[in-house]
Amino acid sequence: MCGYYVIQLIGGTEMDIQTLESYARQVRKDIIIMTAAAGAGHPGGSLSSTEAMVALYFDVMNVDPKDDKNPDRDRFVLSKGHSAPALYGTLCERGFFGREEFDHFRQLHGILQGHPDTKKCPGVDASTGSLGQGISIAVGMALGAKHTGNKCHVYTIIGDGESQEGLVWEASMAAAHYKLDNLTVILDHNGLQIDGTNDEVMSLGDIKAKALAFGYDVIEVKDGNDMKQVLDALHTPACPGKPRYIILNTLKGKGVSFMEGQVGWHGKAPNAEQAAQALKELEG
Amino acid sequence: MEKKAIRVAYGEALVKLGEENSKVVVLDADLAGATMTNGFKKAYPGRFYDCGIAEANMVDIAAGMSTMGLIPFCSTFAVFAGRNYDQIRNGVCYPKFNVKFGFSHAGITLGEDGGSHQAIEDIALMRVLPGMTVLVPSDANECYQCVEAAAKIEGPVYIRTSRLATPVYDPKPFTVGKGNVIRDGADCAIFTCGIMIEHALEAADILAEKGVNAALVSFHTLKPFDEELARIYTAKCRKIFTIEEHSVIGGLGDAVASAIIGHGVEKFLKIGINDEFGQSGKPIDLLKEYELTGPQIAEKILKNL
Repeated sequence: MCGYYVIQLIGGTEMDIQTLESYARQVRKDIIIMTAAAGAGHPGGSLSSTEAMVALYFDVMNVDPKDDKNPDRDRFVLSKGHSAPALYGTLCERGFFGREEFDHFRQLHGILQGHPDTKKCPGVDASTGSLGQGISIAVGMALGAKHTGNKCHVYTIIGDGESQEGLVWEASMAAAHYKLDNLTVILDHNGLQIDGTNDEVMSLGDIKAKALAFGYDVIEVKDGNDMKQVLDALHTPACPGKPRYIILNTLKGKGVSFMEGQVGWHGKAPNAEQAAQALKELEG
Repeated sequence: MEKKAIRVAYGEALVKLGEENSKVVVLDADLAGATMTNGFKKAYPGRFYDCGIAEANMVDIAAGMSTMGLIPFCSTFAVFAGRNYDQIRNGVCYPKFNVKFGFSHAGITLGEDGGSHQAIEDIALMRVLPGMTVLVPSDANECYQCVEAAAKIEGPVYIRTSRLATPVYDPKPFTVGKGNVIRDGADCAIFTCGIMIEHALEAADILAEKGVNAALVSFHTLKPFDEELARIYTAKCRKIFTIEEHSVIGGLGDAVASAIIGHGVEKFLKIGINDEFGQSGKPIDLLKEYELTGPQIAEKILKNL
């Protein structure tokens, strides 16, 4: 079955869903701790993409923190590189580095740069931050994997604002052309970007129709912050000969009441008081 | 004298390299017949990837492929070094990925397509990127050497090639980062790169006829630049002239200036494209228009001695 699906069923997964949800809670706390300590960073889009990253690193992807350069590992490219705090939290909880690195997030000589740096941070497969490039690099990885007979799968998370970049669509065209069924593009569709909503800044139109028209096999997840739905989408078998595109309808700032759905929390760190409140809420 | 376009040599070199190294893959953006990667495409169809008319995407795809242990050579026109600059910078150079760029049709000798297609800034753009090796072969033989060397360098390499058929000289010793002394001299030194070697040689001959004994040094590597050789000839000749088919801003002239300032230089003149765009025309007419022929170069040097 290929084409377009809406995920809403609860399927079986390898790891207990509650355990994954607890990891997601911890990563959200990490995001707050990191950005508050640095006094800078992007909490909004990190909080919206947390379930996707936790699901990938704890359940879906074949990765080993003790062997982070293993050529057979699955690859992940955070195309929306500014959501680095969510990636760093996930990598840390998965064991790629220790929590002490959070103190050096965005600091001189730290491995946790403002945007992911593959030269500095274990577990980071590509340096990103210049929007549009990550998905293109992921297409290259998937093509390279096919070329070399590497059976790995390549995952990338892109933003909805990022999808205004033409390069996203150049990369998509190439993914379909080269029949990259070893590639999964995940759209963190929280609807907001720096200057306002997507519709205010530059409307994406019918993103599902666009993805289908570009030759993707498309899955839409009604609630991209629901771990069960995210897992079901990620575990749906690949459609032979087609790249996969998963639309995660998410909430920017998810989990922190005063950040949820707020444009202003795209690239602003919480102060000490706000961080304390956020952590209290996340303790739930 | 045999003439061959450096882009043709680039295409031949890729075919040879492809035979020796199975990790080499070639990417193009619908210009295989112009960049001359079509030879590789024919010889190794399974290792050639056309990325369509999407140069930026080609560069990031190459970046991704390099992480799988491949050695991608990306080819397009040199003028697009600006179009996909962000991808070269952030996608390849920032992570120090092992991607090569063989960009052709550089400079005004591209000819008739005009100023929109004549790259006079690509060397400047590439030199400023940390970790980028910048190679500008002066003839077909040097291009073979550049391609072979590029595959052995772990990291990004830019190779600038030309459309026009130009003289093929006897092979010279080749080490990345080392200039070649073409002719020794004591009255002044001419530093050149790329296809301007033909016109610099003619200028040196004219100067010799007028009793001026000019040294001529050709630099196939603009980065890392052979500062030592530039300084040796500055100490010896004191009067330095740089010749390039590129803007006088950010190219060979500036690489030389940075190397020799404070090292006893008495006279220094950069001869190239003077902060202006090119235009349509036959290559030889364009060289005359921008005062880059042998006699015009000789005249400028004589005036400044």
